[in-house]
Amino acid sequence: MSFDLNFIGILIGAIMASSVPLILAASGELITERSGVLNLGVEGMMIIGAISGFALMVISDNLFLAVIGSMTSGLIISIIFGVLTQSLLTNHVATGLALTIFGIGMSAMIGKNFVGIPGKEFPLLFVNLKENIPFLGPILFGHSVILYFAFLLPFLTNYFLKKTKIGLIIRAVGDSPTSASNQGINVILVRYSCILYGGAMCGLAGAYLSLIYTPQWIENMTGGRGWIALALVVFATWSPIKVLIGALIFGGITISQLHMQAVGLRIPVQLLSALPYIMTIIVLVVISRDSRKIKLNTPTSLGQIFYKEK
Amino acid sequence: MYKNFLRYIISVLFFLGVSGQANADFKVGFVYVGPTGDHGWTYQHDEGRKAVEAAGIKTTYVESVPEGADAERVIRQLAQSGHDLIFTTSFGYMDPTNKVAKDFPNVKFEHATGYKREHSNVSTYSARFYEGRTLLGHMAGKMTKTNVIGYIASFPIPEVIRGINAMTLAAQKVNPDIKTKIVWVFTWYDPGKESEAAQALIDQGADVIMQHTDSTAPVQVAEKAGVWSFGQASDMQRFAPKSILTSIIDDWAPYYVERSIAARDGTWKQQDTWHGLKEGMVAMAPYNSAMGSDLVKEVEQLQKDLASGKTHSFTGPIYDQKGNILVAEGSVADDGMLAGMNVYVKGVEGDIPQ
Repeated sequence: MSFDLNFIGILIGAIMASSVPLILAASGELITERSGVLNLGVEGMMIIGAISGFALMVISDNLFLAVIGSMTSGLIISIIFGVLTQSLLTNHVATGLALTIFGIGMSAMIGKNFVGIPGKEFPLLFVNLKENIPFLGPILFGHSVILYFAFLLPFLTNYFLKKTKIGLIIRAVGDSPTSASNQGINVILVRYSCILYGGAMCGLAGAYLSLIYTPQWIENMTGGRGWIALALVVFATWSPIKVLIGALIFGGITISQLHMQAVGLRIPVQLLSALPYIMTIIVLVVISRDSRKIKLNTPTSLGQIFYKEK
Repeated sequence: MYKNFLRYIISVLFFLGVSGQANADFKVGFVYVGPTGDHGWTYQHDEGRKAVEAAGIKTTYVESVPEGADAERVIRQLAQSGHDLIFTTSFGYMDPTNKVAKDFPNVKFEHATGYKREHSNVSTYSARFYEGRTLLGHMAGKMTKTNVIGYIASFPIPEVIRGINAMTLAAQKVNPDIKTKIVWVFTWYDPGKESEAAQALIDQGADVIMQHTDSTAPVQVAEKAGVWSFGQASDMQRFAPKSILTSIIDDWAPYYVERSIAARDGTWKQQDTWHGLKEGMVAMAPYNSAMGSDLVKEVEQLQKDLASGKTHSFTGPIYDQKGNILVAEGSVADDGMLAGMNVYVKGVEGDIPQ
């Protein structure tokens, strides 16, 4: 194994690229959950985003349209969840699971005609700088615009939740929808908006997979990343920055365990394969063991059905 | 009069019943482990099914059937609903297939890649993919500049290990310095993980990548990185036109058509089929001219020799990693040894996951 600096830079760049879908989906779901809604449909919304992004790219040959379309379709599918849980007051967990199953089936059906079509090259920024600057080049440059957005997002989310009025309203709704409602806040509207935002971000996460990371359509191509994003939100105790850390650790160990195998380290492969899951949980549990902060961040009404008494 | 009428009715019904059992209603069922849209393993089986349909035989299929308890239920249902021949196309369907076969002695069963034929109405069939791997190894050994060949492996079962060994032996023959680096991903298909594995191997110095997983992600990574690659299960050339040297193609269609017609005409017999390049169950996609016409000719000759039996993928002397002899000089590995292969040959790095 070569330990030169440039190689480590390339490795870090690869790790960043692999954690993007997790960051996007988890950041979206985090906002949804902070408003008190537990949407287990992340995987389903991601896969719908992946197929719509890819289908639009093939049909229109326009990547911008494809990205916007994937977010829109994630948003549309989350409306189903919104109507069911907020207006018809169905159970969040059951509805979310149904949404995932629906999304996987629906995407497979739409995707039938898009199998076996190669994707289009997605423009990468500052490719020259990547090749000319050792170490920092491959880390900072040569990525897609979505990657830069993904790495900004947790900080924006953090600022949004803590420093803005709308962020405060969302947190209030998540902690005690009844009191928020008594204050004159339209709880249903806030929750709807958060669900839609979460849907759009999951759609974008899916599009990242089908347009940039592995540019093609294959059934079930999200491969469980939605579930990992969901788990990240919980283990990061609803803190956007910790979501980012968790996603990087997960991506980091996934990639380095493949390198360790290629080098031929004599560690049981099964252990290496399990390592990303184990380490991510351990690290997140350790960095978020402050119980006061957990209480502060946990949306108390998570997953509970709210209906306004008239 | 009334009696005659009744007799007439009964005889008509009887006639209909008999003809219903004969070939008018002959139906073939398929059970797939993945979606037909995977563009790999299941996709190729479905191409075979379409060929049966084109031959004028009715078919049905059930896709994405998990191996295990669900499989038995699906196979049983196909048998109950009047299918006369059922293809179960994944290794994990082995026990369910035999179990159902016991209860439906009049239905014929064909199980892919398995070895259990507990009842006279169960046949097994598989393809000698390792012959294709030998060709890949020859090309890889000639094309590599770094002498490192990257191999993305799925699960540590004999079929996968056989492929790794066949490839390594052939590559060593033309280039004694090559090293085979293996990454196990423990999935038949997860495009994200497969492309990460391909990238890791490339970063570790591999300039030829091959895969025993089903998605097209690794060849796309290879195309981007400017290294050589090979397609798996179906022709993946259009995903990486510059990088792909050839693809190993599973062609089940002739076998499916032949067996379906045999079952319809009543000539179906239990058998164990292991076909390769000779019979066309393993086929090679067109060779990439980028490797030079000399090498293309060499490989074409090797392909002919493998097909005719002049050359065998596992010709002795073959040693395991510790240097113990596996196949003596001058002899070739028999099918029993190939079917149960569970050690690496000399030159492969690392251990087989247990």
